[in-house]
Amino acid sequence: MHSLAQFDVSQFNAGLTYACPEIFLGLAACAILLLDLLMNDSQRRWIGTLAVVSLLLTALLVVVQPVTGKIVALGGLFELDRMAQVLKAVTLLTVAVVFVYSTDYLRRRAILKAEYYVLGLFATLGAMVLISAASLITLYLGLELMSLCLYAMVAFDRDSGIAAESGIKYFVLGSLASGTLLYGMSIIYGVTGNLELAAIANAVHHGLGDNIGLVFGIAFLIVGVGFKFGAVPFHMWIPDVYVGSPTCVTVFIGTASKLAAFALTMRLLPEALAGSQADWSQMLVVMAVLSMAIGNIVAIAQSNLKRMLAYSTISHVGYVLLGILSGTEQGYQASMFYMISYVLVSAGAFGMILLLARQGFEADKIVDFRGLNARSPWFAGMMAILMFSLAGLPPFIGFWAKLGVIQAVLGVNYTWLAVVAVLFSVVGAFFYLRIVKLMYFDEPTETTPIGGSALMRTVLSMNALLVFGLGVIPGVLLQLCQQALR
Amino acid sequence: MFPTLLFYFFAGTLIAAALGVILARNPVYSALLLVLCFFNSAVIWLLLDAEFLGIVLVLVYVGAVMVLFLFVVMMLDVNLEELRKGLASYWPLAVAVAGFVVFAMINVIMVKHLGGMSMRTAPPLAVNYSNTRELGTALFTQYSYPAQIAAVILLVASVAAIVLTLRRRTGGKPQDIAKQVAVRAKDRVRIVKMASEKRQ
Repeated sequence: MHSLAQFDVSQFNAGLTYACPEIFLGLAACAILLLDLLMNDSQRRWIGTLAVVSLLLTALLVVVQPVTGKIVALGGLFELDRMAQVLKAVTLLTVAVVFVYSTDYLRRRAILKAEYYVLGLFATLGAMVLISAASLITLYLGLELMSLCLYAMVAFDRDSGIAAESGIKYFVLGSLASGTLLYGMSIIYGVTGNLELAAIANAVHHGLGDNIGLVFGIAFLIVGVGFKFGAVPFHMWIPDVYVGSPTCVTVFIGTASKLAAFALTMRLLPEALAGSQADWSQMLVVMAVLSMAIGNIVAIAQSNLKRMLAYSTISHVGYVLLGILSGTEQGYQASMFYMISYVLVSAGAFGMILLLARQGFEADKIVDFRGLNARSPWFAGMMAILMFSLAGLPPFIGFWAKLGVIQAVLGVNYTWLAVVAVLFSVVGAFFYLRIVKLMYFDEPTETTPIGGSALMRTVLSMNALLVFGLGVIPGVLLQLCQQALR
Repeated sequence: MFPTLLFYFFAGTLIAAALGVILARNPVYSALLLVLCFFNSAVIWLLLDAEFLGIVLVLVYVGAVMVLFLFVVMMLDVNLEELRKGLASYWPLAVAVAGFVVFAMINVIMVKHLGGMSMRTAPPLAVNYSNTRELGTALFTQYSYPAQIAAVILLVASVAAIVLTLRRRTGGKPQDIAKQVAVRAKDRVRIVKMASEKRQ
């Protein structure tokens, strides 16, 4: 750890330029919070637009930063590398898309308040801090900032009992996970004497690899990471929170927070604890197999689409872990590709639920999609693309994602794991294809035309077409992930 | 030698009090035992020469958080029987899981010694060393970035608390002091001139 005598103000100030997207987003969120006080109800609908614009501007700031190698700044607590840049840009764009999907939904339920956007922006800020963390301190603070916003957002619809219930569940289990994570971090600090990831990696590399105290700490870290990711056996909160929270918050938890959980895992395990890879990869194997099994099998029995997508998330997390546990560069790249493509598809799938939802009607039952083709052939086609991709059928993006992680585990001679992964993806294909069957071969029970603003319909269509397009030419995203983790 | 004895005394009391927090049947006792926990950990911090942290723990947690907490516990009518209802059916599973975790922990620690944990004592501090000043310097130089994030977390906490609990009631009769002060007699009293009338 740097001693305080070495603190150099000019160097610190120079480092602030690397954090300028974070600073901008934080200021924008505060500005929107204050603007809300000055606005009347008719002006308040512009808040969503302002939030989306500030996200897009932040994304622009992230993208124009010249990043070569790994830049560590702000007293060794902030780090900017290609992975951080890509993940931040994807997170910001995802949240912008989520906000576009949410506006109509919030307005129809009369819960359109500026605080939804403000909390969302602060959660995004937390995710960015987490993604760029170079020390256990910033890692934890970023995670807490994001989680606190999410707890409040889940319970945001105050008149809904089920939202309050799932908010409490999420809060209690999330705090438990944070506590476990902190306990693991304190043990790691005790063993290595360092909070900075690079210094921990160095200490582990030089003779601490087989230290039992270290393994003890890693076990607690993995429990915490498993909770935040929602991997079996730490998945119990996912289905209840997904179903209980307003759909516009579910999509936030299902997309942006997953990217942050991925960054958390990448920073903690491959970056700080690469020297103990043998220990943590065994723990991840158990979690990956259980997640794929339970996620895919239990999803079959669901009649609620949000609950089904919750179990589907659990199973996809299992596949993401496959790439990480392989411990190779190729595996990390495959995991990142998987995570980004999953977020893209999942944003679209929840977007469809938001599109079909009306006043007093959630459209979150699987049967609500019955005969969608008769009501809107275009959006039935879009939903089919998303479902085919989740099922992992070629030429959609989900296929390339699954192929990548399976190749990664084959590369480290985990043949049985690859076989298990393929088997469960076949099981999983059933419930995704069932939705396609309902849309095309069943009679519609609803005849009302599809709502949604023109903007939302356009963005949703672009989202689904992107899933298709990246499936046809996966090289673009693949190359991005390869550059990010090299 | 003496500090070591003190440490074991306070650490022992801390553990006993912590057990009391979760085992006490009366939530008020639990809260009071938690206060005892905080005091003991504050003393352990003092033994480690971290006076500032020790004092802050007592001031903030005991002085503010726990007092508020006691108020809440005393004001809420918690039905303990209701809470304990599930316990009878869950405890075998809970004991099994906890037993397994403890067994695994002991197993891991016994097989290999818990090596590598930094056991060395810190060098003695200079006489005029002030750890308040040192902490302040650290927070505003090296750790100013995390301090800012912590500030944002506090902002979020207050925004979240307000958005979840504030309900604007309609039909309330709030006082407007400015209006009250600016009021004039003719706004309130209407003087009507009329001829006197005979009693009926």
